Amino acid sequence: MPTYTAPVQDTLFVLRDVLGYERFSNLPGFSDASLDVIEAILEEGAKLAENVMFPLNQVGDQQGCTRHDDGSVTTPDGFKDAYAQYREGGWMGLALPEEFGGQNLPYVLHTAVGEYMSSANMAFMMYPGLTQGAMAAILAHGSDEQKQAYIPRMAEGVWTGTMNLTEPHCGTDLGLLRTKAVPQEDGSYRISGQKIFISAGEHDLSENIIHLVLARIEGAPEGVKGISLFIVPKFTLDADGNPGERNGVSCGSIEEKMGIHGNATCVMNYDEATGYLIGEAHKGLKAMFTMMNEARLGVGLQGLSISEIAYQNAADYARERIQGRALTGPKAPDKKADPIIVHPDVRRTLMTIRAFNEGGRAFILWSALKSDVAHRSGDEKERQEADDVMGLLTPIIKGVLTDKGFENAVNAQQMYGGHGYIEEWGMSQYVRDARIAMIYEGANGIQALDLVGRKLPSNGGRAVQAFFKEVGEFCESHRDNEQMKGYTKALKKGLNDLQAATMWFVQNAMAKPDNAGAGSTDYMHLFGLVALGYMWALTAKSAQEQLDSGASDARPFLENKLVTATFFMERLLPETALRLARVQAGADSMMALSAEAF
Amino acid sequence: MKVLVPVKRVVDYNVKIRVKADGSGVELANVKMSMNPFDEIAVEEAIRLKEAGVATEIVAVSIGEQKCQETIRTALAMGADRGILVKTDDAVEPLAVAKILKGIVDEEKPELVILGKQAIDDDANQTGQMLAALLGWSQGTFASEVKIDGGKATVTREVDGGLQTIEITMPAIVTTDLRLNEPRYASLPNIMKAKKKPLDEKAPSDYGVDTAPRLKVLKTAEPEGRKAGVKVGSVAELVDKLKNEAGVL
Repeated sequence: MPTYTAPVQDTLFVLRDVLGYERFSNLPGFSDASLDVIEAILEEGAKLAENVMFPLNQVGDQQGCTRHDDGSVTTPDGFKDAYAQYREGGWMGLALPEEFGGQNLPYVLHTAVGEYMSSANMAFMMYPGLTQGAMAAILAHGSDEQKQAYIPRMAEGVWTGTMNLTEPHCGTDLGLLRTKAVPQEDGSYRISGQKIFISAGEHDLSENIIHLVLARIEGAPEGVKGISLFIVPKFTLDADGNPGERNGVSCGSIEEKMGIHGNATCVMNYDEATGYLIGEAHKGLKAMFTMMNEARLGVGLQGLSISEIAYQNAADYARERIQGRALTGPKAPDKKADPIIVHPDVRRTLMTIRAFNEGGRAFILWSALKSDVAHRSGDEKERQEADDVMGLLTPIIKGVLTDKGFENAVNAQQMYGGHGYIEEWGMSQYVRDARIAMIYEGANGIQALDLVGRKLPSNGGRAVQAFFKEVGEFCESHRDNEQMKGYTKALKKGLNDLQAATMWFVQNAMAKPDNAGAGSTDYMHLFGLVALGYMWALTAKSAQEQLDSGASDARPFLENKLVTATFFMERLLPETALRLARVQAGADSMMALSAEAF
Repeated sequence: MKVLVPVKRVVDYNVKIRVKADGSGVELANVKMSMNPFDEIAVEEAIRLKEAGVATEIVAVSIGEQKCQETIRTALAMGADRGILVKTDDAVEPLAVAKILKGIVDEEKPELVILGKQAIDDDANQTGQMLAALLGWSQGTFASEVKIDGGKATVTREVDGGLQTIEITMPAIVTTDLRLNEPRYASLPNIMKAKKKPLDEKAPSDYGVDTAPRLKVLKTAEPEGRKAGVKVGSVAELVDKLKNEAGVL
């Protein structure tokens, strides 16, 4: 049976020491959340994750959700009670504005706690996760009336939300969508059509479900310029704002999936359902992007979350499983064999996952802090710079963290030998659950295209230049530091590769767009490696400074950080050279075969 | 009715304890600490009494280093009203704790003190009983059910043979057993509120208590590992071994 312990100490170290959390105390919501409060909240979130959500993870996987003949859906045993505890704890409203009943605490804290809960039970956490995305869109684009009507109960968790984009013939290319909206005299619309793959589309956890639905108003222009976003509640609200009549939306079936069985993935049928336009007509895509950006960070976090829990269990197993002897002679002579953790190749696997997890945690929390600055800073320039970086990082977080998350889950499973393939041990579920994160919220190939085609050139490359400058200056300013130069030299090499790849696109992709497409995935991973390398350099700096100042209690923890930083620089970061070579190879051999030759 | 709830900061129950190399005690450096689980149950019971309208105020007390403040904050986040930290860096033994608690009871005049039956670090199971003796109050230990009505407390106790129900006169000491309740998780709004709740800081000397240890730890050692079992060939052999080797028959 797998186990899970939330890495609270590591989160605190990243926030407090690596990212200098206290420097942000002037942002709204941060002054209430001093480090001792942050610690108390992380501890409580950890308890909920470990004791309430985690025990339901395998239950949810085995039972899945059940659709009944009347279209209602029940979640696995225990989900209802766990959701009630999540709701009563006020976790849904953690980072939401106080005027809607939230706590207005930092988004970075929401992210940190979210990691624990997704590690503990990814399928369960999707119910609140989709609600967060729906709220983000209503908050950003809804009218005041709509905000007042929906946000307080969603922030309380009494109602949940969904995102309805995909249709049977229309996934990535939303311009193809057919769901139609017919205007009514009272200003509302009648929505008709079919949406598929709707996570948390129907379930028994909340009193109402607020569907956000992309549809085309009758007579709207073709393509993405004719798409509008609507609120379609499962129960329309009565005069007092309470759930009233059942709306014309129902769950037609639930999908049989590879993983995340605890989450109800629904086919949703809209039959003249009452809907309310959010924002302007035909500008739905913009509103949808607000929701998707939030969701993409959440999905990137899922990659990290699964990698973390898979690592914890693989490490335990490697310490306990005895098999064969160490190459250097017996390490556990009192036993019949040595634990497999004595083998370098086992270490290689574990260290690779560990270096990714700790670096990835720093990376996603660093990004979440940028999001806080982008939304809360009083300084417009600071807001804009943070927003630039967030835009740039979002596809990298989504694409890299989920590609690696799955790869790490597979490698952690490998530690178990044959037992990794047996459901009881739990590793199979992590592999199956992690797989979807590479696909939904924009498949990772689309993330790579978004990065190269949209984010790199946006505003004349302002965001990417700012990133290069920040990392470059860090390397420069620590170049002569004896203790740091090993790290910064490796990082500088990685940064040079990234800059060279960027320059290659500038020179070779304008005239020949396939060159950008051919190198996009490698470029995304190259970027991810450098970003994680930067996080490891910051980590090493912080750990070294604390060790020099004689911190006693945390000594082993800090020394482990330095070793892991070195491992990352020596064994993972050099991959940038390979990625650069692939980018520079261009599209020719990739595109040369005729389609029939495949 | 005011309720006093002493809470102790101990090594978290999930931590695998390691003995210090010099045998002077267990390793506490860089180890996760949290509230003694039995004390969590005590806090929960006090909150339930308040929610039922029986208790009016809950005061959480902790005795120890500055960091015990975090344990008090946990109690405040669960629902206690205010806290008292009696700060000392000494390792305090149950008798000293009981004496300090007596001092606090004399000042605060609660009608009920609920505390864990024991702390999971040294498992002494003494503080509640000693406090009852020092105060001359009635005591209901190892409680799995508590009812308070008209100056009396009816306490169901978990004893070796089963359950024993006693009626005791208030004011009283109650020590909690595991089945009394299931402690709640603190909600986010309550964690935030806890920071603003009053927390007084005192010293053992404020209550005239000398915390110098009266016991000397000679040695701390890990229990011997479990030995492999043996397979017996017949029932007769098993009986023989139980009789002659194990000496249990």
